[in-house]
Amino acid sequence: MNGLYTWSGILVVVFFSVVGDVVLARAMKQVGDVHEVWRRDGLWAVVGRTLGNPNFFFGVAAMALAFFSLLFALSWGDVSLVAPAAASLTFIGNAFAAKFFLHEKVDRRRWIAAILVAGGVALLAG
Amino acid sequence: MTFRKYLVLAGVTVFAAAGDSMLSHGMKQTGSISIHHLQGVISAVLNPWVAVGIVLLLAFFASYMNALSWADLTYVLPATSLGYVLLALVAKFFLHEQVSPLRWMGIALISGGVSFVAGGPALTAHSHPEAEEEREEVISAAAGGAKR
Repeated sequence: MNGLYTWSGILVVVFFSVVGDVVLARAMKQVGDVHEVWRRDGLWAVVGRTLGNPNFFFGVAAMALAFFSLLFALSWGDVSLVAPAAASLTFIGNAFAAKFFLHEKVDRRRWIAAILVAGGVALLAG
Repeated sequence: MTFRKYLVLAGVTVFAAAGDSMLSHGMKQTGSISIHHLQGVISAVLNPWVAVGIVLLLAFFASYMNALSWADLTYVLPATSLGYVLLALVAKFFLHEQVSPLRWMGIALISGGVSFVAGGPALTAHSHPEAEEEREEVISAAAGGAKR
């Protein structure tokens, strides 16, 4: 029973982290290359366009939910399981989400990278 | 990729690793916080390690957003994972902690993954309507120029 709680907690953390990362990535693509915006219109244009983008706030809200659900998950399960499991599953989830929602070309090279990094993170924190 | 963009990616890696370790160091000094003792949060934030950690994590967030504005999510994320490698190396060479063989294997896997992605293009997404329009404009302008 406790294991079920812990793993559903981990999945909730992964869900909100992936949503947060994808929505923030979308928001910053809408803002545009900040180096160019900065050079063309100045620093305040960068700040204004970022803070004026609704997706930016959705992304930050999702990140906050991910953080608080991580706190809950940590109170149900061991940190040595919850932290690496959530971090490495987030890498895999992000690769799927970036392919389907951001239309990034996740080729074989990037799949291998996602799997290697996820495995490495699990080993490091384990 | 310009030198400046590599600097931003390095910022993502270093700020995340340094911020996390300062926060964890500071929180060990202040002790645990519970819902019944919320004033503990205030004394935690006043701890210099925690305060500097928060500033560094803000710097991480700024460089992360900067990187996401010109690179794919699947390109930037492996760069953030290099922070874990950095932390393990700092633990080994500055704090003289024992790094187990399993952890060295983790470091090797992450470094391998990062080098796989770093060899490819930073930006592949092309179906954003705005970007697509811009590209078409550029192409038609170039075609028009060629005709003239």
